[in-house]
Amino acid sequence: MENQILEVSDLNVAFGRGSVRAVDGVSFTLGADKVGIVGESGSGKSTVGRAIMGLLPPSAHVTARRLHFDGLDLLDQTERQMQSLRGNRLSLIMQDPRYSLNPVLPIGRQVAETALLHGNMSRKDATQAAAAMLERVQIRDVARVMRAYPHQISGGMGQRVMIAAMLLSAPRLVIADEPTSALDVSVRGEVLSLLDELVTSNGSSLLLISHDIRMVASFCDRILVMYKGRIVENLTRLEEARHPYTRSLIAAMPDARHPVHRLRVPDRESFEPSHTPLAGETL
Amino acid sequence: MTMIDVQDFHVRFRSRKTETHVVRGIDLRVARGECVGIVGESGCGKSTVLRCLVGLEGGWTGHVSLNGKPVRPERQKEDLRAAQMVFQDPFGSLHPRHRIGRALSEPARCMGLPHGRERIAAALSEVGLPAEFADRFPHELSGGQRQRVAIARALIVEPALLLLDEPTSALDVSVQAEILNLLSDRREERNLTYLLVSHDLSVVAHMCDRIFVMQHGVFVDELSPEDIGAGRANHPYAQHLITASLLGDAA
Repeated sequence: MENQILEVSDLNVAFGRGSVRAVDGVSFTLGADKVGIVGESGSGKSTVGRAIMGLLPPSAHVTARRLHFDGLDLLDQTERQMQSLRGNRLSLIMQDPRYSLNPVLPIGRQVAETALLHGNMSRKDATQAAAAMLERVQIRDVARVMRAYPHQISGGMGQRVMIAAMLLSAPRLVIADEPTSALDVSVRGEVLSLLDELVTSNGSSLLLISHDIRMVASFCDRILVMYKGRIVENLTRLEEARHPYTRSLIAAMPDARHPVHRLRVPDRESFEPSHTPLAGETL
Repeated sequence: MTMIDVQDFHVRFRSRKTETHVVRGIDLRVARGECVGIVGESGCGKSTVLRCLVGLEGGWTGHVSLNGKPVRPERQKEDLRAAQMVFQDPFGSLHPRHRIGRALSEPARCMGLPHGRERIAAALSEVGLPAEFADRFPHELSGGQRQRVAIARALIVEPALLLLDEPTSALDVSVQAEILNLLSDRREERNLTYLLVSHDLSVVAHMCDRIFVMQHGVFVDELSPEDIGAGRANHPYAQHLITASLLGDAA
């Protein structure tokens, strides 16, 4: 691929003394497109995002054949080098703006921080850049929001503030980990289309991590389905799903257009013939 | 027979200086055995309605009867037994230092009902869990298992009405399917009445016979599951909600 931004090959993440493999031989590449990683809790989807960002705790053991981002080998970067990448060329949006914004700093200063750290700007210029960016993410009363503290704004607004802070440095790769899960349905679409528009206009790539397979399918160009640390399927459309896990995931979701009396509960035996239940695993 | 009859229902929260009028006059009639849904975004007052009906919130005015009996903000023991609630977060709704057996026996004991080991085992088996779970602590259970315990805890006092506040929002879709099936089965078996609050329109359309759309403390629209499937609504806000939530559905 020509415009390859990220190349992940045989990524493994183990916690503790190698006993639990959270990510098991994951490989994919990312160009200037939108790719979604879908899976249930514990599938390792967030761990993949954090491994790329270099944000896993010291107890995590990360290995990969290749982990290349924009010409850099991420595995060789020192912590200091990673710090200059994060929030600059490599950005992460997390699920809940209530936890990812600093509660004791006004919004304006937090957004300006990106410009101060990575943009070589004076405080005044950084504040102006922050205001312009907040306007771009369609925040109405920018002057008021700049002075407000995170608890004074709504969830949807908080997520737009996060997007503004992140886009200030025009990152090459945006990793969005459940960016809309904490938001109401009515603002979810707004946040997604905003993210789409800004990522596309920057020519960046987006890695969207979510449990919501339908949302990812409607928004992303490609879908990677993860189960127990592995990518079990690589799709462009939901209808192509062949793997029993993906199909059972789709079938388990209620759909107002195709009402059923009972929902189909995934039969884990069918895609895991060797599965022996762990102690206490009855679900 | 009417299970829930609510008329001219208002909720106001007062602090020293301000008064917030959260629920601004709703009327709701639910027949026995019916499943009715309330959808709306955060802050519209949908959870407040449930909390008032179950007796957790006192500052309401209006006329409420549950199971044919008028109730007041101050509850009697029998009123409390008539309606039980299942909360959203199975991690927050169980006491972390009480074993499952104790979590289940406490409500039964308070209501003067049998609460021995056999009763607990029966309550657990009703939600598809083995009797040994009575000796476990909540942290030893998965999210879906905890939500099963929360349902067992609500059902142990044999209520006629279950109030479900986002019962599956914290769960994975495969576990959500299990919990929704479990709720449907128990409802058919015991002719239970459900009032289900959710932000997920596809869950509500799957479970409910009728759906109210709530905005700024009032019901602005009433829909059938077929309306949601077809994307029909009378009120512009309800229409917006349907369009926004079908966004993720590959047609």
